[in-house]
Amino acid sequence: MNNFKFSIVLFFIINLTFSQEYHPKTNGVKTPKHTTIAFINATIHINPSQVLEGATLLIKNNKIVSVGVDLKVPNNTQTIDLSGKSIYPSFIDLYSNFGLDKPKAIPHQKSPQYDANRKGYYWNDHIRPETNSFNSFKYDNKKAKELLKVGFGIVNTHVQDAIISGTGTLVVLDQNGNTATQVLEEKSAQYFSFDKSKLSKQSYPSSIMGSMALIRQVHHDANWYKKGNIETTDLALEAFIANKNRLQIFKAGNWLNDLRIDKLGDEFGVNYIIVGGGDEYQRIKNIKQTNTTYILPLNFPKAYDVENPFQASKISLKDMKHWNLAPTNPSVFTANEIPFTLTTHQLKSVSDFKTNLQKAIKYGLNKEAALAALTTVPAKLLGKSDKIGSLKKGAYANFMITSGDIFDSKTTLYEHWIMGHKNSFENMSIKEINGDYDLAINGKTYKLNISGKANKLKSKLKKDTIKLTSKLTFKEQWLTIHFAEKDTKEYTRLIAKITKGKTTITGKAVLTDGSETSFTATYLTPKDKKEDKKKEDKNTTPTLVKVSYPNMAYGFKTVPKQESFLFKNVTVWTNEKEGILKNVDVLIKNGKIEKIGKNIVAKKATLIDGTGKHLTSGIIDEHSHIATSSVNEGGQNSSAEVTIEDVVKSNDINIYRNLAGGVTTIQILHGSANPIGGRSALVKLKWGETPDKMLIPNAPKYIKFALGENVKQSNWNSRSRFPQTRMGVEQVYIDYFTRAKAYDTKKKSGVPYRKDDELETIAEILNKERFITCHSYVQSEINMLMKVAEKFNFNINTFTHILEGYKVADKMKKHGVGGSTFSDWWAYKYEVNDAIPYNGAIMHNQGITVAFNSDDSEMSRRLNQEAAKAVKYGDLSEEDAWKFVTLNPAKLLHLDDKIGSIKVGKDADVVLWNTNPLSVYAKAEKTLIEGVVYFDLARDLKLRTEIKKERNELINLMLDHKNNGGKTQAPKKEEKPHMHCDFVGDYQ
Amino acid sequence: MKNILYITLLICSFTFAQQTPGAKQTKVITILGATAHIGNGSLIENSILIFENGKLTVVADATSTTTPSKGTVINANGKHIYPGFIAPNSTLGLVEIDAVRASNDNRELGTFNPHIRSIIAYNTESKVTESMRPNGVLQAQITPRGGRISGSSSIVQFDAWNWEDAVIKEDDGIHINWPRTFNSSGWWAAPGPTTPNKKYTEQVTELNNFFTNARYNNSKTTHLVFDSMKSVFNKTKKVFIHVNDEKQIIDAINFAVEQQINLVVIGAYDAYKTIPLLKKHNIPVILKRVHSTPDNDDDDYDLPYRLANILTTAGILVGLDTSGNMERMNTRNLPFYAGTCVAFGLDKEKAVQLISLNTAKILGIDHFTGSLEVGKDATLFISEGDALDMRTNKLTHAFIQGRPISLETHQTELYKRYTEKYNNDSKTVKKSHKKSQPIQ
Repeated sequence: MNNFKFSIVLFFIINLTFSQEYHPKTNGVKTPKHTTIAFINATIHINPSQVLEGATLLIKNNKIVSVGVDLKVPNNTQTIDLSGKSIYPSFIDLYSNFGLDKPKAIPHQKSPQYDANRKGYYWNDHIRPETNSFNSFKYDNKKAKELLKVGFGIVNTHVQDAIISGTGTLVVLDQNGNTATQVLEEKSAQYFSFDKSKLSKQSYPSSIMGSMALIRQVHHDANWYKKGNIETTDLALEAFIANKNRLQIFKAGNWLNDLRIDKLGDEFGVNYIIVGGGDEYQRIKNIKQTNTTYILPLNFPKAYDVENPFQASKISLKDMKHWNLAPTNPSVFTANEIPFTLTTHQLKSVSDFKTNLQKAIKYGLNKEAALAALTTVPAKLLGKSDKIGSLKKGAYANFMITSGDIFDSKTTLYEHWIMGHKNSFENMSIKEINGDYDLAINGKTYKLNISGKANKLKSKLKKDTIKLTSKLTFKEQWLTIHFAEKDTKEYTRLIAKITKGKTTITGKAVLTDGSETSFTATYLTPKDKKEDKKKEDKNTTPTLVKVSYPNMAYGFKTVPKQESFLFKNVTVWTNEKEGILKNVDVLIKNGKIEKIGKNIVAKKATLIDGTGKHLTSGIIDEHSHIATSSVNEGGQNSSAEVTIEDVVKSNDINIYRNLAGGVTTIQILHGSANPIGGRSALVKLKWGETPDKMLIPNAPKYIKFALGENVKQSNWNSRSRFPQTRMGVEQVYIDYFTRAKAYDTKKKSGVPYRKDDELETIAEILNKERFITCHSYVQSEINMLMKVAEKFNFNINTFTHILEGYKVADKMKKHGVGGSTFSDWWAYKYEVNDAIPYNGAIMHNQGITVAFNSDDSEMSRRLNQEAAKAVKYGDLSEEDAWKFVTLNPAKLLHLDDKIGSIKVGKDADVVLWNTNPLSVYAKAEKTLIEGVVYFDLARDLKLRTEIKKERNELINLMLDHKNNGGKTQAPKKEEKPHMHCDFVGDYQ
Repeated sequence: MKNILYITLLICSFTFAQQTPGAKQTKVITILGATAHIGNGSLIENSILIFENGKLTVVADATSTTTPSKGTVINANGKHIYPGFIAPNSTLGLVEIDAVRASNDNRELGTFNPHIRSIIAYNTESKVTESMRPNGVLQAQITPRGGRISGSSSIVQFDAWNWEDAVIKEDDGIHINWPRTFNSSGWWAAPGPTTPNKKYTEQVTELNNFFTNARYNNSKTTHLVFDSMKSVFNKTKKVFIHVNDEKQIIDAINFAVEQQINLVVIGAYDAYKTIPLLKKHNIPVILKRVHSTPDNDDDDYDLPYRLANILTTAGILVGLDTSGNMERMNTRNLPFYAGTCVAFGLDKEKAVQLISLNTAKILGIDHFTGSLEVGKDATLFISEGDALDMRTNKLTHAFIQGRPISLETHQTELYKRYTEKYNNDSKTVKKSHKKSQPIQ
């Protein structure tokens, strides 16, 4: 259908603007036009690795006929001599919105919209694979000129909107052409992003994890649709299916997203070409493992203006390091042999491309790689290597003529030929007259210096050492200069015709009295050029700081390794029947607890004196929202299809701070925006590692449910989403469980079924393959959920928050559910009016497995203190209180076979404390996970000094940059949301 | 045996006094044998304390003194006595439940509101305030929020029928939210980067102008706003400036010097960078909540824990603030904020001092409360152990101006009610295991 439209459009355009040989000619006789042009004596860069000197390029109409040395130029061929000049193939940009208007955002709506605007398309407005950029494409002369000027001749342009944005169109920037000749391919690639469409306010998805889940579901639905199982027509799915074999390009924006997208692609056998964020150098080994090609923006951050020390203090080391290292990103790709192309995307002005590319080269990007990134690599991705990206026979005549090395800032781009049409930027016949001259007029001598670009030359004139006012113009091969002697306003005027560059100039001089004479300017061959160049190189070699893991304050220089340790003479809180052992030794080997006892000898292990100190297993936080990019997917009342595992964020400073508080394992929970939330991520706080290394392998599966004020949106302005009462919440659950049961029955029966990630997850609960941890407050709803679960023959695993658990502790015990609560929070909303700090103790006394959790990045770093509150409120024994933050959460997470106590064979996740860990005076000195030291007080102190030093070094570099005329931006500080259950949105 | 009887008697009488304010002290009370943390940095290990008519008459070392016990004797051997802790910059009694708008009375409209008085909105029956007492927090400065000048605070004790009974210093100071040097962008869930506030100078000038206009206002007619500033200019009211960053602190101090006002700096995360200036002008600091995350990624992880020690060591008068997220219910953790400072270097008695005498001095109430010294109010409590540690902060007695106060609360009531429910249940059902059971 689209092709049909395409032909109609073409038909009209052709008819109106162009006449081809088969078109009738009514205003004269037929004048067939075949132009053959030969560019001779040029340095031709056929492709990045093949350069011919003194070669000829022969083009006919819009194609290259031949290229080579000693080519025979046919008769009747226009010949252009390019001695001393170079020819390069035109650049290609794969991520452009050339000729397309930005979609206008629809105005803000008062209450959230849950349904789609469109009919006949997918249920979600942010899935728009049917968007065909060609349909709204309009050639933009002005923009084309800008692009041609920096080297781009071909762009793949698309409407940059929606999660599945639709198809892009491959366009050649030929302003002499028409839509028929400009469009090389109508649908050249399908584009994806994590940004929602501006054309709809549909709430779902509201997070990156929601976007990922949605894309998965589109894949499932497309498969189902393809098999003919859906009777109604879905234009979006049809388009998605049709686009399947096109190039798939996904905008990521940062390295974390790069890895997320790669993982997503692997699940469906799609190799996404990833539009990077420019920070990939921070995790290049992992980027290499994605095994795909990257499209890299060159939007290097500007230096911060750090003149004001107060303001400078707000800039994080992370941002300063990124300023310093971002320009190395492309060269790091080359060094690691990761294929990439470059884009003008995200540049404020297209002209920045050139300067930033030169910067990347200065920062180590090799020129051959740069040229490949701009020509052969994108051409290959597009499957058009025979037509674009190189100057081979049969390819389109898209090339540039330059004065020399295209990546040199001093090089002039004269002409950019597109489809055999010339676009001229500088007159090629202009002679180069830059340099120093001895100027002699009427017996007087002066020193003349001419500098600057061809059409903007400047003169500097000196008599002896005195600077004189002078002005120079150089136009159409005529040079004119006028100047005045010091302290006079009488001018001497010079004029000369330039026929050859860089040689002696002679011409006419009109003296101050009006008399005429001649002048000679003798060209001085530059001396010591080599030395100058060396000096320049030395000056311009950038000073670079080292990447750390993560690349911010407190990062590791190298990712830390597992070691063997022997803790001697320490007090051990075993959390086992042995209780608290005094003056014993603990040996850690291969990431496990190897031995506990007296007088252990282990020669290879590092000795740690534990005299007077306490060793415990690491703290486990059952309810955390740190180390994640999103918390809530609140766009629907159920979001069982989303998982925090998709969005673990390994460079959150709270990871480090939690380690400093003795925390080793956390459950990152979805928030409480909806009754059925998302799946959890169980991670260990392996600071310095990537998200996939933090995830606990084969961890039990969890999902967050939520009850109460948040899910009924009591404290929101909008009241349009079901449920609005606790009564409705029950029905949401019964509805979903009923449907999931039906789904599962169908699935198990072996008949074909539509795969639904949401119901799939809920069916796992029914099949006891996934545990629920439920955000809960008041007794009525707690009781309700247990009854719903019992009706469907399963158990709730954990009630989290569970502030009125003490009122139904007996029922909870009977049901077999655990409680993970706050030590003493209350009174922040109506439903915690009856929350009491004795809650943990009462539940514990009723035989319930009780944990204290944080739900807060501040509290999580001192959960040991929170545990101690169970001693104050409810008189728990210290051993039992300590288990509230170690063994009990391990049990609630079904990880107590591996963590939660100090027992031979368990993971070596241990903390060394200076004193009793429950004491307010306790301080973690070392925190180990699987035998790796992730926090060490001594190292921390050392790092503080190093951070100061590195900050200072970078501040000096920025000041230096500014003093040398570099651009700066105002200081800024990244603000982090304080993540709680109620948090919506993404945190990058 | 006799002592135990006394204690039992006292506890019993307290149990029934829940919520109800105590009667004026008529009988003399002696507390014997406890470790007394005076609040001024010193300690008496075996102490004798006597108070009559609401005032302390004897505070001495029981091992050396010959002073006999008088009146009701509480044997507090092995226990600890502290002056009632003081929470400055608090909204207790102004808000009951954060999320219930109707229960919020802490933030008035307007920019310059020095005439707004917190005390008249102070709810003595707040269930949240009541829950401070079992942790030893017995007094607070009730402070309005919002605007450039939020209004006037007043200082109360936590055992009163109404606000007039509660107040121990009325309209003690005004509160200024100093202009921010950096502005935030975005919204709370998706904050954008903060960038320098371009209106900073303008806003500081505006504040200066307000002060000048108020000072030189010679209108004969009543001007509610300017008239309320008179006590600021004659220094009977203090000026509490809420600031955090270095430049703000320096500017605020210069402002105070120029305007000749009695300055206290609140928040003051960056105070450690401005020590010489604070010392030069003798400016006290009420430090941002100890249990906070550092402001910047690059900061030492323990900086909020260490600040009190850094400033105290430098010779600056320091108190501890409790404001922030869920500030009211969290105020009962004030003793543990002080305790955390000890873990990160501060001397224990100095930590006690932060939340007792230092705060009293900063608020200008140290002549009658804030420490266990003769002549001062008998506002104090006895704890089973170290009150700065969660495990041992277990109060057996508390007195406000000599009146024994109940340590029961809405929360302890519920605790008892439900414990009793399960005890009764288990009389019929076989007692459940104490040990926790693995769950299915």
